Amino acid sequence: MNINMTLIGQTIAFAIFVWFCLKYVWPPISNALHERQKKIADGLDAASRATRDLELAQERANETLRESKEQASQILEQANKRSAQMIEEAREQARAEGERLVAGARAEIEQEIHRAKDELRAQVSTLAVAGAERVLEASVDEKAHRKLLDKLAAEL
Amino acid sequence: MAGNTPSPSEYIRHHLQNLTFGKHPENGWSLAHSAEEAQEMGFWALHLDTMGWSIAMGALFIWLFRKAGKVATTGVPGTLQNVVEMVIEFVELTVRGAFHGRNSVIAPLALTLFVWIFLMNFLKLIPVDYVPEIFLRLGVDYMKMVPTTDPNATLGMALGVFLLIIYYSLKVKGAGGFAKELSLTPFNHWSLIPFNLVMELIGLLVKPLSLGLRLFGNMFAGEVIFILIALLPFWAIWVLDVPWAIFHLLIITLQAFIFTVLSVVYLNQAHEHH
Repeated sequence: MNINMTLIGQTIAFAIFVWFCLKYVWPPISNALHERQKKIADGLDAASRATRDLELAQERANETLRESKEQASQILEQANKRSAQMIEEAREQARAEGERLVAGARAEIEQEIHRAKDELRAQVSTLAVAGAERVLEASVDEKAHRKLLDKLAAEL
Repeated sequence: MAGNTPSPSEYIRHHLQNLTFGKHPENGWSLAHSAEEAQEMGFWALHLDTMGWSIAMGALFIWLFRKAGKVATTGVPGTLQNVVEMVIEFVELTVRGAFHGRNSVIAPLALTLFVWIFLMNFLKLIPVDYVPEIFLRLGVDYMKMVPTTDPNATLGMALGVFLLIIYYSLKVKGAGGFAKELSLTPFNHWSLIPFNLVMELIGLLVKPLSLGLRLFGNMFAGEVIFILIALLPFWAIWVLDVPWAIFHLLIITLQAFIFTVLSVVYLNQAHEHH
């Protein structure tokens, strides 16, 4: 076990290897390691953020769904109400129309009756005059007896 | 061993001898052909196998990790990137636990130490005779493959860490602050400065020594046991070799980890004010 120059040689070799490692070996690998660490951390961060976003979105979607369901039911209800109202209105209108028609017809009938009565009255008076003429064999002065005849007609 | 079978002690000694190139007093600069020759070379010798294998493992580490770094994406990583990132994250976590200052050198330093030592230790799991035998056929007498079983290698790395400890102590605390820490702790009184100085200097010097010797001791002991097992008859080898190798998977990782963590802890102390 001789101690000799190998000792110095080994020290020099050691120094060179350490220097080389320090200069060319350690930095690229260490950098890659730390960068990957950062990348993974970022990725995990992003993933958790995305999960949170997803949760929020789901919540929002549920909310929207519920709202729209509510709205739909509201609209349906309104439509139902509206249709019932419309039916009611239509019925009302129809009834009013009917009544109006009936009233109109009745009025016409009455009018017709009046007119017929008037006509009848006029004819009766003419007839009466004709009859009277025949009875009296003389003509009756229509102008002189107009008043009398009208009165007669009115009494009919 | 080809030809005549060596005695067990020869076999062990042969396996524990480094391939040494150095300045022999008689032969000049040459390869040592025996342990005695290597001994005679003294300090001016170089263990070619230790240097070669450790640099090869260091280069393998740099090449692998650089390759992963070049194609590193922030997206889905490939297999290599996955493994490399796992190691880096492990080291980063360890450093963050043990080192409280702000210094961008510490983590790459710890990564280099951990992976490099692990790879050097890992060479031990290659059966003890394979590679030396190949080199013997090629005409190379000695080949001690695992650099961390050579105290030069482990103490060399510990020396590197030690120099960094001194450097950062001076840089963070200043020369005055560092001197004050060495002379006024643990007893804050002027009359005890020599005592403090001795204690602190011993403490400081023991750090690299313990780092290097712990790793060396563990690896060397394991290697010796592997060699001893290899001396058994061939049918008995695997019975002991397999459990020992599996156990060593744990040891080599653990020792690499201990060296790394202690280095980081020492460097943390260098950064802290008392």
